Amino acid sequence: MYYRRTLTDAQINRELLDVVLRTPMWWVVIVSILGLIVAGAASAFGFMMNQGLGVTGLQQPIFWGFFITNFIFWVGISHAGVMISAILRLSQAEWRRPMVRAAETMTVFALMTSLLQPLIHAGRPWRIFYWVFPYDWARGIWPDVRSPLVWDPTAIITYLTSSSLFVYTALIPDLAIIRDRSTGWRRTVYGILALGWHGNPRQWKLQGIAGILLSALILPVFVSVHSIVSWDFGVSLVPSWHVTVFAPYFVIGAVHSGVSAVVTLMILMRKLYRLENFIWEEHIDAVARLLIVVATAWLFFFWLDLVFALWLKEEQEMTVWHLRLFEPPWSWLFLVFIVCSYIIPVPLWMFRRVRRSFTWMLWTSLMVNVGMFLERLIIIVPALMRKGPWVFTYDTYRPSAVEVTLIVGSIALVAFLLMLFSKFFPLIPVWEEKEGQKLIDEVRVGDRVVPALVKEH
Amino acid sequence: MATRTQVKNRADHKWGMVIDLDRCTGCQACVIACQSENNIPLNDQSAFLDGRAIEWIRVERYWEGDYPDIKARFLPVLCQHCDNAPCESVCPVYATYHNSEGLNVQVYNRCVGTRFCGNNCPYHARLFNYWEPVWPEDLRNQLNPDVTVRTRGIMEKCTFCIQRIRRSTRGGKQVEDQAFNPACVQACPTDAMTFGNLNNPDSRVSQKWEDERAYRVLEALGTNPSVKYLKQVDAHA
Repeated sequence: MYYRRTLTDAQINRELLDVVLRTPMWWVVIVSILGLIVAGAASAFGFMMNQGLGVTGLQQPIFWGFFITNFIFWVGISHAGVMISAILRLSQAEWRRPMVRAAETMTVFALMTSLLQPLIHAGRPWRIFYWVFPYDWARGIWPDVRSPLVWDPTAIITYLTSSSLFVYTALIPDLAIIRDRSTGWRRTVYGILALGWHGNPRQWKLQGIAGILLSALILPVFVSVHSIVSWDFGVSLVPSWHVTVFAPYFVIGAVHSGVSAVVTLMILMRKLYRLENFIWEEHIDAVARLLIVVATAWLFFFWLDLVFALWLKEEQEMTVWHLRLFEPPWSWLFLVFIVCSYIIPVPLWMFRRVRRSFTWMLWTSLMVNVGMFLERLIIIVPALMRKGPWVFTYDTYRPSAVEVTLIVGSIALVAFLLMLFSKFFPLIPVWEEKEGQKLIDEVRVGDRVVPALVKEH
Repeated sequence: MATRTQVKNRADHKWGMVIDLDRCTGCQACVIACQSENNIPLNDQSAFLDGRAIEWIRVERYWEGDYPDIKARFLPVLCQHCDNAPCESVCPVYATYHNSEGLNVQVYNRCVGTRFCGNNCPYHARLFNYWEPVWPEDLRNQLNPDVTVRTRGIMEKCTFCIQRIRRSTRGGKQVEDQAFNPACVQACPTDAMTFGNLNNPDSRVSQKWEDERAYRVLEALGTNPSVKYLKQVDAHA
């Protein structure tokens, strides 16, 4: 059970603001390495723009490949933000405290990275902003609102805006703490960012209301973003994409991969930033229990998707599923996908010892995301390979070195941005931790004293 | 608007095509004619091996029956100019839309290359320019000045030789049936392809449109193509 760890306010400040107030050597090393990878990916992108999309592995019927897979993947990861901070905040799950900020920040950076993917993937990315976003009144040419490709940036930008606000609102009290502990120009910058926070009761009340309101407002976005992303596929004519179950299937899959990514992130943070006093076995245990439910719900929708295809027995759709399930290399990838995203992790999470082991949880949560990346790949590419009766290519999709570099680069980019963020802002909300400390109490149940949370005295 | 009369006349046209598969020999003359008319880069071996050959019209080949009683069947496939085109509604920038003459037109300058239209076309009629098109030096001067050379990064497809349609109907002119034809129709040695105005009941294409052998490919999808195929169902095949 939860055992009580009493931390003084001074200790919380010291430990959580450590990286913010001084720059450790390991931080510089990791950021430089990540920066180099991002720079490498940027030059790979430059090369691709210079040469043309011919340098990818895409070919005639397979118009969408790794980039779109990666787009869905990162939008999926971003769902952790709402799940952890909004839903758990509204349901007053106390164990959310150390992970809210990391999850929300990861959401923002994952969304930025995901928005990059369709841009990278387009044939002429330099035209996209010109054609799609600044509506050109003079020529009378408007974006076609029937296209899911207009819905989808709209949904993602809405989500990006609301989660940025969310991060910022929760950051204000911490910004004030850093302001009070820094000098010179840093003090000025943090002072401006802290919006004159003094921590008086009125400010706390407003900040609390803003948090709850944003949590509630963000909930529809939670359902809509990945539903809309799934309609990129759902509204098309491609067999096995043209399915009504895609919206809930994608949303729950997004939560599965997103919450797993939060677990990975929490464990890495705990190790790197020495947050042993804040991230406990109990926290990871609680997320793992949530993951069991989410993963099983996801498996149900995956099963529905398969059953609908088997039930309809539509020829073209059966061909696609045959390719996915029985023809190498897809059959191998399919096996890896289902084993990684459900068959190994979930039974393991049933054991309390696994749920409370940081090593086990690190590897199983990473495994889920390998599986979920493959899931999106398996949804996208085989369907395009067999999308019509005229298959004039029997070749398969092989991602090129450029595509792989850009995928690795996108992972490095999110990590890089998170590391940069951690230099300037605490990754665990200082005020949330202090609030949590205030609420911790013990109650006597029979002859045992158990930890409890007391909201009212 | 100065072009109002012209627009009104345009609505008189509904371009369509009928391809008689019983006459098709699979000679690929249509493919070559299209290639040279529409400034399509040469498809060498590597283009086919990469799966990136650009063919606005292609001849699908099927085998019917078992050896020795085996027959080769051909199906020339081009953009079907569907009246209910799946490619049109998914383009975010209106790079492809339906014009008043029943043509599914592609505006190269608007295209940003999302390739969603290509995914959504069940006929595999849409092609993407992976590379900047290049021609051998001695073929530079054979490019058709009436047709845009497409840059890399955009989609392209059969236009029913819109440059020929425009040249013949310029200024709202009424054209006689068979006064002009797309390059593929013109090149067909067995006269298997017929092109014309479906709004004119006396045109050759309208006559053939009603043929009892006529069918449209993937009709079940409800795309309502402007191309019909004629095929005698062979009871012994």
